[in-house]
Amino acid sequence: MNDFSDAIDFIFHSRESLTGGVRVGGSELWSLLAKHLELSFAALGLACLIAVPIGLWLGHIRRGQFLAISISNLGRAVPTLALIAFFIAYFGVGFVNVMFALMLLAIPPILTNAYVGVTQVDPDSVDAARGVGMTGVQIVRKVELPLALPLIFGGIRISAVNVIATATIAPLAGVVTLGNPIINAQVYGPAGRLGAAIVVAVVAVAADAGFGLLQRAVTPRALRLANRRMETA
Amino acid sequence: MTLADLVIHRREQSDCVSNDGFCPSWIADNWQRYTHPFWQHLFLTAVAVTIGFAIATGLAIVAHRRRWLIPPVTTVTGIMYTIPSLSLFFLLQPITGRGNTTALIALVSYTLLIIFRNVLAGLDNVAPETRDAAKGLGLTERQVLWRIEMPLALPEIMAGLRVASTTTVGLATLAFFAGAGGLGGSIFSDLTFKSNVVVAGGLCVLLAVALDVLILGAQRMLTPWRRAARA
Repeated sequence: MNDFSDAIDFIFHSRESLTGGVRVGGSELWSLLAKHLELSFAALGLACLIAVPIGLWLGHIRRGQFLAISISNLGRAVPTLALIAFFIAYFGVGFVNVMFALMLLAIPPILTNAYVGVTQVDPDSVDAARGVGMTGVQIVRKVELPLALPLIFGGIRISAVNVIATATIAPLAGVVTLGNPIINAQVYGPAGRLGAAIVVAVVAVAADAGFGLLQRAVTPRALRLANRRMETA
Repeated sequence: MTLADLVIHRREQSDCVSNDGFCPSWIADNWQRYTHPFWQHLFLTAVAVTIGFAIATGLAIVAHRRRWLIPPVTTVTGIMYTIPSLSLFFLLQPITGRGNTTALIALVSYTLLIIFRNVLAGLDNVAPETRDAAKGLGLTERQVLWRIEMPLALPEIMAGLRVASTTTVGLATLAFFAGAGGLGGSIFSDLTFKSNVVVAGGLCVLLAVALDVLILGAQRMLTPWRRAARA
């Protein structure tokens, strides 16, 4: 338990690094956290920009089921460490390269969920929308997108947790995230390593909870009512 | 002649290797350095998924009858699933030390949510009429579970196993941080060398795909009635 109290101390109070000369821990962790979140949200934002429109479109035209489903299976089979290492070996280190690697990691769950979300929309609702004279674009924007939002945000939530977890190994590619004390324990010491592991775990659980609330908030009221009725029935 | 060939060959190879390139000849010569990490990786994955399957299936069977258990089990396994594996490997080390135990505890904890959800969904999807018919024939609760519900839930159970095994192959690449070896150690040992990254990373992907196909094949064999229904 001594290890843990030392790690907690590292989180709240800065100290001299093992190699000397540099302050680590405590308030020094804020810059690592900022870089961690900057990297994660940049990758997640890019992934959303790419994956949501493709998933919506494939779902709308009801094609590409094989692509939309197997891309997430493929995404699971590629280990994150292998993906990051591949980018380092072929494109070099740096913020932009890691961001693109994390973006590739984040795309499959978002794309698959957006696709499934749209295909699960009740066909009667789409028919009704067409019946009142909506165009294809209007159907996507006003009917399919709102009804698919809970699942889309479910995908973003999965990707957010994955990306935040994987951003921990970004220091291997020269981006100084919260993983730095874990990767470079010779500078930060065992307390730094354990402390950073605790902080990363807290950030991931907080992100999961935050995106869970967001997911609930974007669920259209009608869907929430329908779900409640189903639960009580 | 041979000496000249050899020299040229060696220089070409070292050029490629010193440039961190993708070198088929280096890969062919250094193949054996990946066999031990590969077996470690397979060991970690197989043991973790087996233990996770036993625990999660047990929990799902109990929760299938006692519904109030579902929210607490889902919440606890959900939090375990959310904690990044790299964190967990280090969080466990002060308690369980470095090595296979730490790696396996962490890896098992990631399989629980996936398998629990799938087994439960499979058991819940059994048609009530089927259950009634079994009870009408005089089967006990236990017999209904093992002879009717579990076999009919197999497709969902096996789907959960497939997701759990591919996920575990991926997570086990970080198990070297817990001192348990695996292909991740090979990747990490030389991150900028293309040959190394492609071979070690490729072996991970192949292992994941192979396990996936294997479990899918097992499912087909175990559920012959599904094939008959489709035909």
